[in-house]
Amino acid sequence: MAIDRNTVRHVARLARLALTEEEEERTAAQLGHVLEYIERLKAVDIEGIEPLSFAGDASEAEPVMRDDEVRPGLPRDKVLGEAPEQDGSAFVVPRILE
Amino acid sequence: MNPSLLPLGELSRALERGEARPSAVLEECLSRTARLDGKVHAFLRLTEDQARAAAKAADERRARKAPLSPIDGVPVGLKDLFCQAGVETTAGSRILKGYHPPYDATVVRKLREAGAVLVGKLNMDEFAMGSSTENSAYGPTRNPWDLERTPGGSSGGSAAAVAARFVPGTLGTDTGGSIRQPAALVGCVGIKPTYGRVSRYGVVAFASSLDQVGPFAQDVRGVALLLRAIAGRDPNDQTSSLRPVPDYDAELEKPVRGLTIGVPKEYFGEGLDPAVEKSVRAGVAALEREGCTVRPISLPNSPHAIATYYLVATAEASSNLARYDGIRYGYRAQARGSLLELYEKTRAAGFGAEVKRRILLGTYALSAGYYDAYYLRAQKVRALIRRDFDQAFAAGVDAVVSPTSPWAAFRLGEKVDDPLAMYLNDIYTVPVNLAGLPGISVPSGFTQAGLPIGMQLVGRPFEEGTLLRLARAAERALALPHRLPPLLERA
Repeated sequence: MAIDRNTVRHVARLARLALTEEEEERTAAQLGHVLEYIERLKAVDIEGIEPLSFAGDASEAEPVMRDDEVRPGLPRDKVLGEAPEQDGSAFVVPRILE
Repeated sequence: MNPSLLPLGELSRALERGEARPSAVLEECLSRTARLDGKVHAFLRLTEDQARAAAKAADERRARKAPLSPIDGVPVGLKDLFCQAGVETTAGSRILKGYHPPYDATVVRKLREAGAVLVGKLNMDEFAMGSSTENSAYGPTRNPWDLERTPGGSSGGSAAAVAARFVPGTLGTDTGGSIRQPAALVGCVGIKPTYGRVSRYGVVAFASSLDQVGPFAQDVRGVALLLRAIAGRDPNDQTSSLRPVPDYDAELEKPVRGLTIGVPKEYFGEGLDPAVEKSVRAGVAALEREGCTVRPISLPNSPHAIATYYLVATAEASSNLARYDGIRYGYRAQARGSLLELYEKTRAAGFGAEVKRRILLGTYALSAGYYDAYYLRAQKVRALIRRDFDQAFAAGVDAVVSPTSPWAAFRLGEKVDDPLAMYLNDIYTVPVNLAGLPGISVPSGFTQAGLPIGMQLVGRPFEEGTLLRLARAAERALALPHRLPPLLERA
């Protein structure tokens, strides 16, 4: 299945990935190749089959509730310390409102 | 024998009897690693000071002769996607370079509580995406049996470290075969437990409906001891099971007479290396000699597993990896313009080629107009794959046996430019993740060239005990000659 550069560009935007022209070209070819392989699933008879999204034991899928109690979170300074940019109380991002 | 060369299960006994001392074992491990890891590149970083302190504390506990966990004082390495408080954790990616998690993953805490000595973080394919460890942003790991070849992946560092006797045990993760395939390619034991058996809290996520944590060791008893230490319910992971954790060690020496082994014809077809087939059939024959009944079976939907997997796993990955945006942790690109530009540039520079490819495929499969045709259809085929296994188990099969990988270790660079060829490494392991079942890889022999071969056993949900018992029976019956990788023979 062929994928064109425009589709790659659109998907890359949705995925928040900047691609170079060369990457767009290569991705189009490689994704096309993989999708061609995936096309084989169209031949499988899935009439009346329920999708399986949780592969765990169904009896385990019951929600286990805990009391809604206040518990200590992670220390703020340590968490903020991992950020590329922060001001001691919050993460710093580029301005999003003028 | 030098205790640091013993398989984990035997080292545990030596420690218990006072024939080995944790600090001495650790020093042997560290010195072997210092001598040889320049060639293998299993470790991304060592935590020697912490390890020495932990080993010293274990020395004191052992000297008091109090009853201890069987892994107390045992050196253990961690795939670099387990959060360990204060220790850099990169998941093999540039985008997490310099990230020091402020907390321990549940399995890390459990290992500490059991007295394990945490030695360092191990190399892996970026975000566990790959089957050769060549997708690490920090360079590939090499197979201790042949340094021109890969140890498999994505937990290649975890497998290679055990094979090279750098540490007796390690933890990895398995989303489509990432524990079992590298275990097979380096000749050690690796188990992927049932979905829900082990907590994933604090484990960098790839595909949440498939990911599972599991151990590597040189012997079956070793993985049994590690699995018992890490398994169990965790309030921080809602997918973890409430079922009690059995004493797997107590299962190991029970006879396997009367158990039924299913041999699925779809797992012995085209593309399987004849040397691998011969070795695995010899493994099946050994189990038969131990009293197992061997029966041919069919799992007709398993051949659809790779196509199914590359939709389900990439869709989930595209969602899980959305969090790497350069704001809260890890790498941030220089961007003068908008927030969008910051995201796009950060992710473009932070992720490697395979990760980008999978994010794009997953995003495409989930995008408007394609969801039903791809993702939903894949989830339905997934249900069929699971149903095949359920029917085999309902018909009396206790375990399904197959090769772990269609071939022995391949050369670095051999498949890295052809994504589809690389994906076919996982043809026999992926169905097991899709079905949520436990699977183990146990050594079955060697190729003529001296490369290890692994046999896979797949069991009913939460029957890791049966799998370990069968794997132990194969290990006992095959009695493979004790061989060390040439790397160690020369040293």
